[in-house]
Amino acid sequence: MRKKGSYSAIFPIILFLASCQTNPYREGERLYKNTCANCHMDQGEGLRGLIPPLRNADYLHLHREKLPCVLKYGLTDTISVNGQTYTEQMPGVPTLTEIQITNILNYINNSWGNQNAPYSLEDTRRMLEKCAR
Amino acid sequence: MKRIILILLALIALAVFFLQPEKRTLPILGNRDVSPAGDTVYHQVPDFAFIDQDSQMVTNATFASQVYVVDFFFIHCPTICPRVKKNGLRIYEKYKDDDRVALLSHSIDTRNDTVAALKRHALKLGIDTKKWHLVTGDHDAIYGIADDYFSVATEDPDAPGGFDHSGRMILVDKNRHVRSFCDGTDAEDVSRFMEDIDVLLEEQYPK
Ligand code: HEC
Repeated sequence: MRKKGSYSAIFPIILFLASCQTNPYREGERLYKNTCANCHMDQGEGLRGLIPPLRNADYLHLHREKLPCVLKYGLTDTISVNGQTYTEQMPGVPTLTEIQITNILNYINNSWGNQNAPYSLEDTRRMLEKCAR
Repeated sequence: MKRIILILLALIALAVFFLQPEKRTLPILGNRDVSPAGDTVYHQVPDFAFIDQDSQMVTNATFASQVYVVDFFFIHCPTICPRVKKNGLRIYEKYKDDDRVALLSHSIDTRNDTVAALKRHALKLGIDTKKWHLVTGDHDAIYGIADDYFSVATEDPDAPGGFDHSGRMILVDKNRHVRSFCDGTDAEDVSRFMEDIDVLLEEQYPK
C-alpha cells in the first residue's frame, strides 16, 4: 500500500519532467504564435512568394548574426531564401526584449526540423549592438 | 426462409429511405423586407464596378453565373491578411478547375494598392486573374460595399498598418444573396465554409 502511494507521488513529477523535455521552447513558441505566426504561419512555412519560410530556411544560418536586428527592427531589403527572392517588407517588433528575442530565435532555430546553433542572451545582446538606435 | 429475406430487405430499404440525412440548405442572410405585394425581399449585393490586377472591369455581371467568395485586405497588412490569404488559397486550389466558383478580394488601401501593385501581389501568390480578382476602386465605393457584405473596413491610424478590418470571407450566390460567411483566419471555420460552398453549388447547379 505504501509502495503504491510513493509511486503516485513520483508519477506527476515524471510527467512534469517529460512535458518539459518535449517542449523546451515554450516561451519562444508562445511569443512566436503571437507575433510572427500570422505571417510566417504555424509551421514556419511562409506564404508562397510573399512571405519567406523559416522552416528549412538557409537564411537562418547564413545570416545568424543579423537575426536579432531583423526581429526587432524588421527587414526591407530584397532577400534570397533557399534560392527564391522576396521583396515584401517585414515590420519589426521594437518592444521585444533581449530575453524575448533569444527565446523566439531558439524556438524557430529548433522547430519544424531546423537544427541551428542556439543563441545565448549574451549572443543576442552583442548582435543587437549593430543596430542599436 | 424466402419470406424472411424479403421482409429483411424491405426493412433495410425503409431504413435507408428514412435515415437519409436531410439535404442541408443555406439561409439567405441579412435584413429582409416585405414588398407591398406581400413578397419577402431579401438583402442583395448592390451594383458595383471595380478594377482588377489585369486592369479589367469587375462588376456584378462578372459573377452572373458564378458563386463567389469575398474578402477585404491590403498589401502591407501587418496582421491577419496573410492567414486569410492562405485560407483563400485553399479555396482557390480546391475550385481551381471549377468555373462555377470565383474569388474577389477588395483592397481597402486604395492609395497604395494600385493596379500594378495588385498585379505584383497576384504574381507572388501565383494566382490566375480569371479565378481570383484582386480589386481596387473608388475609396467610398469599397468602404460602402463592405457593409453590404457584412464586413468591417475602416481607416484607423491607431490600428496596425493604418486600417482596421475583419478577416471575414463571405459567400455570395448567383442571385446576389449572401449565403454564408466565416472567419478567414480560422482554418477550421474555413473548412466548414468550404462545405457550405459545396451545398450552395448543389442548390444552384442542379444536375
Ligand atoms: C507582417 C508580416 C510579418 C511578420 C509579423 C513577421 N515577419 Fe518575418 N518576414 C516577413 C517578410 C515579408 C520577410 C521578407 C522581408 C524582405 O524581403 O526584406 C520576412 C523575413 C524574415 C526572416 C528572414 C528570412 C527568412 O525567412 O529566414 C526571418 C528570420 C523572419 N522574418 C523572422 C520573423 C520572426 C521571428 C517574426 C516574429 C517576431 C516575424 N518574422 C514577423 C514578414 C513578417
